[in-house]
Amino acid sequence: MSNNAIHHALRVDYEKCRGCCNCMSVCPTDAIRIRNGKPLIFQHRCIDCGKCYRACPESAIRVEQDDFNEIFKYTRRVALLPSILKGQFPETIPKQRIYSELLEMGFTDVFEVGMMWRVFHLATARYIKNNQDKKPFISSFCPAVLRLIQTRFPSLLDHVIPMRAPVDIAALFYRRQLLAQGVPDDEIGTFYVTPCAAKVSAVKTPNPHERTILNGVINMDYIYNRVWKRIRGEEKDMPPEPLAETLCEKGVLWFLTAGESEYARGRSLAIDGIANVIEFLENMENEEISDIDFLELRSCDQSCAGGVLTSCNRFLTVERLRNRAERSRKATCLKDPDRWDDIDDDTEYLVDHIMLGKINPKPALTLDEDMGRAMVKMEKLQKILAILPGVDCGLCGSPNCQALAEDVVNGDASLRQCIFLQKKRVAGDKTKITEAGKILDAVWGKNIFDGRAIDLEE
Amino acid sequence: MKFEFDIADGDFAKAGTSSSQVKHILKQLNVDTKIIKKTTVAIYEAEVNVVAHAVGGGKLLADINLERIVVEVADLGPGIADIPQAMVEGFSTASPEVISMGFGAGMGLPNMRKNADKLEIISGVDEGTRVVITNYI
Repeated sequence: MSNNAIHHALRVDYEKCRGCCNCMSVCPTDAIRIRNGKPLIFQHRCIDCGKCYRACPESAIRVEQDDFNEIFKYTRRVALLPSILKGQFPETIPKQRIYSELLEMGFTDVFEVGMMWRVFHLATARYIKNNQDKKPFISSFCPAVLRLIQTRFPSLLDHVIPMRAPVDIAALFYRRQLLAQGVPDDEIGTFYVTPCAAKVSAVKTPNPHERTILNGVINMDYIYNRVWKRIRGEEKDMPPEPLAETLCEKGVLWFLTAGESEYARGRSLAIDGIANVIEFLENMENEEISDIDFLELRSCDQSCAGGVLTSCNRFLTVERLRNRAERSRKATCLKDPDRWDDIDDDTEYLVDHIMLGKINPKPALTLDEDMGRAMVKMEKLQKILAILPGVDCGLCGSPNCQALAEDVVNGDASLRQCIFLQKKRVAGDKTKITEAGKILDAVWGKNIFDGRAIDLEE
Repeated sequence: MKFEFDIADGDFAKAGTSSSQVKHILKQLNVDTKIIKKTTVAIYEAEVNVVAHAVGGGKLLADINLERIVVEVADLGPGIADIPQAMVEGFSTASPEVISMGFGAGMGLPNMRKNADKLEIISGVDEGTRVVITNYI
């Protein structure tokens, strides 16, 4: 497949997988096929939304992560945390306790990514002001949404604000702080505790034009399990001095739905859930939507609180974080976020250094890069679609009839994989029943009955 | 290569279905994104006009080759009495009901012209309307 440049974090554990095809059915980008009884992920179509990970009843899909011991390659080991991590724990657990457990695990520094919300906000506001012709603006906050637009809605890329992801900004900021203290660059390791599979992929996709600022990612469920085990195990006195800077309410809420849109100027919308986002982008491409200034689009239901690597119920996480934010609001009253006259040098530096160049499209729907060849394939595709039953049963190993037709013209499947056509051919003596069985085996594997004797008369 | 889609009348929620289908085909054919965009917008406007004005729905015919995309949207609706007047921004004959749904701002035909390399409108009172949008690749 083309577009190997994208690294994907979702992996199939073939031992655990029993070949049920739930993953194929839920994939919003039709990226999964069944071959030999196991899922095959078409890398150029996958956006790492993690729907398949959630749907798998056998937990056979996992998210690749760095070995935790990687952190010990560095003398300064920085854990970058989204507020979502705090939301995994009951409100009775002080954040200091969570931080202290992370330090005991081996990190030397903990830093809340939410601290960067104002940098992000100011840079967004400035970009919008200087690029009014690109309205409506789409935030680049969610890496899965960014991939979705690159692969399926390339004509909308112009509307995306080309800004670094929040965690990359946090990594840049913290690294700068440590460099200023005289810590050598190669001794600094920055690690994101990620609630999301797409972020893992984004970090692992190499960018030849850029020096690494984020060194690795640790899956949130791994951290949660380790920390929660210790917190449940023992009471502990906390040191009086804070272990990390206190996050303001907006930094806490940033990772939740409306975390950005609420502070955007003009008319803004916050949309979460990948199906909702796809539907909206379809309408937007037709220009059915007008007069919107800013769009916050997040792949997961309840935004990052619904990230696939979270452990706690997403609605509970939202409620806990709202309560924590309310406490922060009462503790410190926030200044006007749009003021430019009170920002410090760091903020100013970051606002100037977090814009990316052009974001490239990675179109995944094209039948062929050459339009002439694509036309030939399209004609064939239309003929195939006309004979397929249109029931979208998935028994051919492709998620629906349209996908099977595309797979056939791309040489990724055979038309005879369609169960209905196969039956017709067998009935017309064009295909032997044994041959039909072999085709079925190639899709679903030989062992689907595990050698069990089947007697339908019984 | 030719494609044909039906457009139902009266259902604004469905307006955009045919344009989305054409859009999907153009993406599969690897047509330049800017051309896809303007073609989709032009077709969508034509589709909305059918939904808003025509009785009995309409048909969308797309003919695509390596040089150009020709989309014909035809209906048997009331027709347009004065085409030059209909091309003026803001001119609308939409019913108050249609306007209350956020359509009928009188931008349909002007927007179509803006997004088409060539636009032909053949219409007469009670003769229906045929809009032919051509975009060169």
